[in-house]
Amino acid sequence: MLVMKGIVKQFPGVRALDGVDLDVRAGEVHCLLGQNGAGKSTLIKVLAGVHQPDEGTILFNGSEVRPGSPIDAIKLGFATIYQELDLVDGLTVAENIFLGHEHARLGFVNRGEGRRAAREVLERLGHPEIRPSAEVGRLSPAAKQVVSMARALSHDARLIIMDEPSAALAHDEVANLFRIIRELTAQGVAVVYISHRLEEIREIGDRVTVLKDGRTVAVGLSASETPTTQIVSLMTGRNVEYVFPPRGGREPGEEVLRVENLTSPGVFADVSFSVRAGEIVGLAGLVGSGRSEILEAVYGARPASGRVLLEGRQARRGVVGTVKRGMGLAPEERKAQALLLDQSVTANITLGTLPGFSKFGWIDRKRELDEAKRLSELLDIRPPDPERPIRTLSGGNQQKAVLARWLLGGTKLLLLDEPTRGVDVGARAELYAVIHDLAEQGIGVLLVSSEVPEVLGLADRVLVLREGTVIHEGEAEGLDEHRVLDMIMNGRAA
Amino acid sequence: MSEPTTDRPPGKTAALSLPSIRGVGEMRHLGLFGALALLVVVGLITRPDNFATASNLVSILSLAATIGVITVGATFVIIGGGIDLSVGAVMALASVWATTLATQSYGPVVMAICAILVGTGAGLVNGILIAYGRLVPFIATLAMLVAARGLAQRMSDRKTQLIQSDNAALVDLSTTRVAGIPLLVYVFALVVVLGWVLLNRTTFGRRTYAVGGNPEAARLAGIDVRRHTMLLYALSGLCCGIAAILIMARTTTGSSTHGDLYELDAIAAVIIGGTLLTGGRGTIMGSILGLLIFTLITNLFILNGLNTSDQLIAKGLIIVVAVLLQRRNLKERAP
Repeated sequence: MLVMKGIVKQFPGVRALDGVDLDVRAGEVHCLLGQNGAGKSTLIKVLAGVHQPDEGTILFNGSEVRPGSPIDAIKLGFATIYQELDLVDGLTVAENIFLGHEHARLGFVNRGEGRRAAREVLERLGHPEIRPSAEVGRLSPAAKQVVSMARALSHDARLIIMDEPSAALAHDEVANLFRIIRELTAQGVAVVYISHRLEEIREIGDRVTVLKDGRTVAVGLSASETPTTQIVSLMTGRNVEYVFPPRGGREPGEEVLRVENLTSPGVFADVSFSVRAGEIVGLAGLVGSGRSEILEAVYGARPASGRVLLEGRQARRGVVGTVKRGMGLAPEERKAQALLLDQSVTANITLGTLPGFSKFGWIDRKRELDEAKRLSELLDIRPPDPERPIRTLSGGNQQKAVLARWLLGGTKLLLLDEPTRGVDVGARAELYAVIHDLAEQGIGVLLVSSEVPEVLGLADRVLVLREGTVIHEGEAEGLDEHRVLDMIMNGRAA
Repeated sequence: MSEPTTDRPPGKTAALSLPSIRGVGEMRHLGLFGALALLVVVGLITRPDNFATASNLVSILSLAATIGVITVGATFVIIGGGIDLSVGAVMALASVWATTLATQSYGPVVMAICAILVGTGAGLVNGILIAYGRLVPFIATLAMLVAARGLAQRMSDRKTQLIQSDNAALVDLSTTRVAGIPLLVYVFALVVVLGWVLLNRTTFGRRTYAVGGNPEAARLAGIDVRRHTMLLYALSGLCCGIAAILIMARTTTGSSTHGDLYELDAIAAVIIGGTLLTGGRGTIMGSILGLLIFTLITNLFILNGLNTSDQLIAKGLIIVVAVLLQRRNLKERAP
């Protein structure tokens, strides 16, 4: 029914899709597998009309189509249910389902007709208990999922793309989701299903396509019979070059951080570990495994029960307290969470430690600039001009400035969330070296990355997370990407 | 998922951008100076007889002084990502409280301190509601606007309260002149200088830019964003208190009707001066130039005997034009 051939999508600096083939038949559940960064989301967005491919063809029912906008895609019968549900919380169920194609006459919405039609669709999905007049913001995640699905159906979708639909659902709700999917496919609707949970793919999927580095590496594998090891080895061994500084030469010292039974209901549970001075500890896991949230909780930026001890003393709740005690964070979203893009490199570096450069609130600008210069040289921030606005620096150099910020304050524990996101290969190697240097100076480092090889290559010790629980803890040396991925996908320590 | 990197080789944007953002701000001030010069030329042409006189210049500056002090506070709040609608009403309340018979019995110094305390107190209430009560700044300060004006009316019984002759020292601020300029203009200038120093040379100022420009980054860098937000509104209130002293000196009264719609003039001046309403960017200098442009327009309309309604229309147009011009400026340097 749908055939995609040689799809290429180029973004500045990245070839997100580099020749993807996909072939989906009517009435099947076609699973799309691949690691973070393999190109799944971009591929979905091409189908949803958000991105236009640079090369390649899309055939739908035998004729070539080019969804140029989301509206085009909907008209073709493609419906996408995104990971983050795109519903309007303040509107009712019925209004959400028919958003953009209301039952209306001369601009006046016919509410009765809309509700009747909404009820019909919801019944078809087996959820007559969801009232069309209910406000979507008050519904449970599972019910929201159903509303999203109802919206897709209301467009007479022939092809429904689901991006990790089960991520927000409890176990029995997943069963219901599968029942709906089976009913849809029985009516000839095709479903493209994306999930990291292999057991789900085995249960609901018909065929599997595997993506790696923006390319299709396997087409139309049987979902139920292909051995796990084969799927995992297709996904791993990405062609990114990782150049890690040699391990060794570092002797971990005293314990800096101890985390005991850290729990945030529904996100992560009973997480315990410790980080010693000069040690790099890595958290490996998929998006949604709770890795970034754990980091935030340790930093005091997210409420959680359990204990966080910094140098043996209970850390005070809240970021201000933890920073004073010597913790620093390089957050995942560098631009949104770490940088003042309009300000100079200097202002960004000294943001967290300004009182150190000032007397009675008066900033000693000469000393501030000198320190910024010293750190710029130390971390080799380029171009070496601390007065330049930070937005003109490359991602790697911006990240170095964020690290420099924490070097200033006598930080004892550094939390790094995706430190190399949006950083090119060459700059990555430099950042790795900087991180190693920091550890050598006796700073404890807690690292989160969605790139398993990065965690394995940098960290001394690794914790593997799956759905908010630690399923494995051990030396990084004894692990390889294949084994970690196996644990994550199968949900047990290998 | 690998996102499209928006990073580009440093050299590409470097060629377009000036050494620092402050630099861009000062470039933009050129436009404001130009507008100011244009208005002066218009004044010289239309009223050659009485525009460029000392008395007219003094009256322009005296008029600008009261709102000018408020504008300094408003600049901080807006750079910090907030808005303060209550400034005019808070100033009125401070003027009324300072001129009650009870307060007046303690003499001019206590009256001045009273005005400052009332202003700062009202600002602090705004700040606590916004920072710790998590009210939207617009709503919290709108409530303060209404309530402070009501309280002022109640305290004064809707009557204008005259400053008694014993306390004439306060009025001296507007009548005593040094080098031909009334003292209250010096007060205004002092507030501007102190405001500039606070914004550009201290941790408080640097953090104001950080809190307004990227509150999440500021929080994760260990800045107490809530406390800072609270202090910004207290600072705005303090400026209202100082402004109350100036208006008492100028009008020899305290009244619940003082400062009506000052909030709009102050915000307009800040916007014309190039401060972003979304926070994180702006200058004191720009706000003051914006204010002078506004005051000069009022002056020109009065000198030429023109309708005040036309004056309002002209001011409205200037706000729109100024913002449109700034948006073009922003686009030019956006990456």
